[in-house]
Amino acid sequence: MDPILMAVVLVTVIGLIGAVILVAASIFMYVPVDERVEKITAVLAGANCGACGCAGCADYAKSIVEDGNAVNKCTPGGAACAAKVAEIMGVEAGSSTPMKAVVACSGTCDKTGKRYEFQGVQSCQAVKGFYGGDGMCKFGCLGYGDCTRACAFDAIHIVDGIAKVDRAKCTGCGACAAVCPNSVISIVPEHKRKPVVLCQNKDKGPDTRKACTAGCIGCMKCAKACPKEAITVENFLARIDQDKCVGCQICVKECPMGVIHVPGAE
Amino acid sequence: MKELAVIFFTMILVDNYVLAKFLGICPFLGVSKKLDSAVGMSLAVTFVMVLATAATWPIQTFLLTPLNPDGTMKWDLGYLQTIVFILIIAILVQLLENFLKKFIPALYKSLGVYLPLITTNCTILGVTILNLDNKYDFIESIVCAAGAGIGFLVAMVLFSGVRRRVEQAVTPKCFEGLPITLVAAAVTSLSFMGFGGIVDAIFNVAA
Repeated sequence: MDPILMAVVLVTVIGLIGAVILVAASIFMYVPVDERVEKITAVLAGANCGACGCAGCADYAKSIVEDGNAVNKCTPGGAACAAKVAEIMGVEAGSSTPMKAVVACSGTCDKTGKRYEFQGVQSCQAVKGFYGGDGMCKFGCLGYGDCTRACAFDAIHIVDGIAKVDRAKCTGCGACAAVCPNSVISIVPEHKRKPVVLCQNKDKGPDTRKACTAGCIGCMKCAKACPKEAITVENFLARIDQDKCVGCQICVKECPMGVIHVPGAE
Repeated sequence: MKELAVIFFTMILVDNYVLAKFLGICPFLGVSKKLDSAVGMSLAVTFVMVLATAATWPIQTFLLTPLNPDGTMKWDLGYLQTIVFILIIAILVQLLENFLKKFIPALYKSLGVYLPLITTNCTILGVTILNLDNKYDFIESIVCAAGAGIGFLVAMVLFSGVRRRVEQAVTPKCFEGLPITLVAAAVTSLSFMGFGGIVDAIFNVAA
């Protein structure tokens, strides 16, 4: 047989066989795709922040349609987004409380100091590797701005030695909380009246006092004063249960160290 | 058995496809940012490598360059190797994707993103062609492909670790981003040169 003809025939036949197999496979192994998935993906914020707990917006859209995930989990998109998704799915949106990042540390430059001068790589994670950080307090904000770099919305900055959240810009996606090596940042439902303890120090009272003039010393005053028993003190650190709290703010006045604040109120 | 072990470990350490032969640099740089995606990509590559070798070896031996019983060639279409192999690999990956989507959705979820990337990956084509250039038989080819895949995995995992360090370090402005990554890749590759001859020495075979 003519070698050129043979080459042409061979490649054509292999191609044809492949085409037939692929067409057959796409018919036999057809997996229906719900068109709502694409619609919802288009409506979501598109930040791929992962605040909903899924691996990106497309994945969240898929889980809404296929697994019946709640429609109001898109934090960056907010209520408007939840309403649109609910419309596509034909369900009630339910209320979506906006979440905001809260930096639980009050140790500004005038309240606490440094134990040593750090000259290495300028990141919180790096300084954390040297004897647990350069601050007098080993629990507080390190102030090297890992959160600033993680934020996709330019909503968190280092002001006066500690991270400060721009609450107007914050979408509560939690990217900053994930990178903070001291876990100082938490994502808290926004509330005009409910306070938060802005300290992470788990040392005993006197040690805390030595490290920082604005630290929770575990004196229990707030816990005793709270009418709803929403405050617990564990490891010399007070915590306010946001579900039990009614926003009476008695603890804010009681705290001798002044570390209980309503986020965004000042 | 010894020959197979030599082939396997040579592919991982000495003739590592990424770090010694410089094939598959695109996924090496593109997907090595995170450890889990690096592992996912490498596993997908390994899988497709073995499958592609299993499909292309018979095609080369029985269709492109078949031999008569006396050792002469019936016909020689060896020059079609590249185009036919690309065709086969593309079909194979597409078929695999359909298959996984339908029958093993969990695996499809973890490998799904990387499968289309692999379709035209040069490492896959490289493995299938180099197997034949080295005159390996079928079993040797499969072992070689598996070794190449594991070698790819080793390179990806190592480099994702290197890269995490590099990304945290303060680099001079002119080196930020890709330049420093390429420098790091070069150093990693250089370190693999140190494995030259190690496998032959361990298994006592002449190089």
